Amino acid sequence: MAIRPTSVTEVSGIVSDRSWLTEVGDFCRERPLGAIGAAVVVVNILVSFAANLIAPYDPLATDYGAMLARPSGAHWLGTDAFGRDVLSRIIYGSRTAMLVGFACALIGATVGTVIGVTSAYFAGRVDLLIQRVMDIFLAFPLIILALAVVSILGTGIGNVIIAIAIPMIPRAALVARSSALAIREMPYVDAARAAGYRHQRIILRHMLPNVMAPYLIMLTAYLGQAILLEASLSFLGLGVSEPTAAWGLMLRGAAVQFAEAAPWMAIFPGLAISLAVFAFNLFGDSLRDALDPRLKTQ
Amino acid sequence: MTDIGVAPWRSIPAILLLLAGLVFIGPAAAQVKPRYGGELILAVPSEMPSYDGHREGTFGMVHPLAPHYNTLLKTDPNDRTGTKIVSDLAESWTISSDGRVYTLKLRRGVKFHDGAELSSRDVKASYDKIVFPPPNVGSMRKGQYTNIEAIEAPDASTIVFRLKWPQASFLASLASPYNWIYKADILAKDVRWYEKNVMGTGPFTFVEHVKGSHWVGKKNPNYWDKGKPYLDGYRAIFMKDSAAQVAAVRAERAHIQFRGFAPAERDSLVAALGKKITVQESPWDCAAWVAINQEKKPFDDKRVRRALTLALDRHQASRALSKIAVVKEVAGVQVPGTPYATPPDELEKLAGYGRDIKKSRAEARRLLREAGVPDGFAFTFTNRGLPMPYEPVGIWLIDQWRQIGLNATMVTIEASQHVNELRAGNFTVSSDAQCGYAVEPDLDLAKFQSKEISHNNYGRYTDKVLDDLYQKQNRATDPEERKRYVREFERRLLDEEVHTFITLQWHRIVPHSAKVRGWTITPSHYLNQQLDAVWLAE
Repeated sequence: MAIRPTSVTEVSGIVSDRSWLTEVGDFCRERPLGAIGAAVVVVNILVSFAANLIAPYDPLATDYGAMLARPSGAHWLGTDAFGRDVLSRIIYGSRTAMLVGFACALIGATVGTVIGVTSAYFAGRVDLLIQRVMDIFLAFPLIILALAVVSILGTGIGNVIIAIAIPMIPRAALVARSSALAIREMPYVDAARAAGYRHQRIILRHMLPNVMAPYLIMLTAYLGQAILLEASLSFLGLGVSEPTAAWGLMLRGAAVQFAEAAPWMAIFPGLAISLAVFAFNLFGDSLRDALDPRLKTQ
Repeated sequence: MTDIGVAPWRSIPAILLLLAGLVFIGPAAAQVKPRYGGELILAVPSEMPSYDGHREGTFGMVHPLAPHYNTLLKTDPNDRTGTKIVSDLAESWTISSDGRVYTLKLRRGVKFHDGAELSSRDVKASYDKIVFPPPNVGSMRKGQYTNIEAIEAPDASTIVFRLKWPQASFLASLASPYNWIYKADILAKDVRWYEKNVMGTGPFTFVEHVKGSHWVGKKNPNYWDKGKPYLDGYRAIFMKDSAAQVAAVRAERAHIQFRGFAPAERDSLVAALGKKITVQESPWDCAAWVAINQEKKPFDDKRVRRALTLALDRHQASRALSKIAVVKEVAGVQVPGTPYATPPDELEKLAGYGRDIKKSRAEARRLLREAGVPDGFAFTFTNRGLPMPYEPVGIWLIDQWRQIGLNATMVTIEASQHVNELRAGNFTVSSDAQCGYAVEPDLDLAKFQSKEISHNNYGRYTDKVLDDLYQKQNRATDPEERKRYVREFERRLLDEEVHTFITLQWHRIVPHSAKVRGWTITPSHYLNQQLDAVWLAE
């Protein structure tokens, strides 16, 4: 008689029979700060999708008659050294931030989780080898590793995504492994093994779904980190290139030179970065509290 | 023999002007009599790999070390064009009627800092090292002296250069700010001694160099130019960060940074220091060029290259970009205002230099259509990873090309890697720069000869007509004839073939303490660095 492996719903108890709307309502009521963070995240995502509809100007269009113009009715957040509208560049910049943020977080958290779970599942020498490789990567601060990768691969959005995602992988692997070590000892995993399922099936069908909670928490936490890293790399001239609208890029060059004469060039993109990262962090923290039963205070 | 130094009739207008000047500015000149004493503090944004001027090229070596040395000739320290040649260690000179023999008479009584007297033997040894360096001894500019057949020192105060062919720029090449005269005895013992040591005849003697920190020189009391220098000494402080340099000048911890600042930095210094700051500006002997790889389609078609330059509104950019970047003048192949530069009205006849930008862009679109380039054609613009002026110029270029339906994406590459990519031809269209240490067509145009001749011809083209024009201007000893060849070269390079093109000339801005007197800006930050005439007002 074949043993039916326990499903994710039965084990974790994360997903209940209640509708998702009720879940969202509970989340907002119990964690208002997280809800505010989530709202800002949603606005950011919507703005990035609708940038071409809501931006008042073409973000690349220069107007040498309006260089370094103060915030006014014509340009709500002023213009930069090339007469480009700062508001439009911030709106379009959210596309770059969201693209890099989501891509890096997805790649970093997903690849890291797969590696972590695999490492925990096989244990022994495989685990030892994988963990030592991860330790090497973990020895470098996130920004240093990202700088090293981008200096090898070169600049541009694609390379920036790779450069930021790579340092995230070992961090995600470490978290996923620690969760997977406990799951590995669960009877249903033993049962699946006894039933003769292949390693691939056991990892993908029985273990990975049970590390979804830490995965989602990592995903939201890494989003904010990735946005900040992209801005840092662009500020250092190693991220996306001009004239692409990107928040970090808006903080460098002329924004530094004209920091006294035209402070709006640095203030508004700086605020956009801070707000987005703060919102992702708030949302991530609240999501962690909601998904991790050990942290539930109620 | 034509004696350049003693043609009496040529001096008459100059004498009259001088007399008139004395009448009108005599009292004023009396008020600005140089003051002795004080230590000039200069910020230097770069540091030298070695102390040998014959071997190195960086201004990070010239600025701290030039005050220790003399050259045979130099550019007039008061000439803003940096093109007027005057004597330094050579008191006078003559040129043979066939233009192939240059005989220079040296000053007497010139002493090295160790007390030894200078003779033609020292000059010959120095130039032998520059022109015919022994194996394993670096001479960065020896390629510019391939025309020298022999260097002779017939007596202690005469040095003779024999050329293979007449060369219009030869006097200017003897005024190279790198060609410091070294001591023959030292070179005979160790030809590389000057890489780590200093021994010259200049207005200041060496005191100390603390790597990464500072360089100090003090007044040479036995300097041959009696009454000079005015300063007791100078201290060069090495500061890579431009914000730190600005802060040093603002806080009056440094009097000057000779290379130059950006417009915003100038404005902040003027706002902070008011009358305590003096600003000197000049077109810079550097231009922001665009290199087009002619081995890549569709840029092998000169109609496409012409469209690229026709799209640019240089006159508007001159007004706008000069507020935010170190570029300003609309220029041809020579620094505006210098002897071989094309006047503005003539320059406007070249492609992309006209004032009617609508007409130019309509012509550009027509050429693109004719060349079969689709609307919205996309290509990559490779830019050098230095913010000033590459980034603002790159942003401007992309915007200008968008106006004729070209969609360029900028890829920024770290500065040293950028040069490697250009050399390897791994680019389509790229930023490029051409800088000279002196305004001289031979130096400024050499780069644009065919790829078989010029190793930094990044357009990868061959143009025998251009090569021939280069040789003709190089050998034309009559200035008017030379001017014609330079213009023809310019027209072919920028208009007929559009092998490459200039965006704007760099613009040098040196805001310095108002106390610093006796220094005149030139188009080159390598020139006029001897500091012998510089003094500090109270």
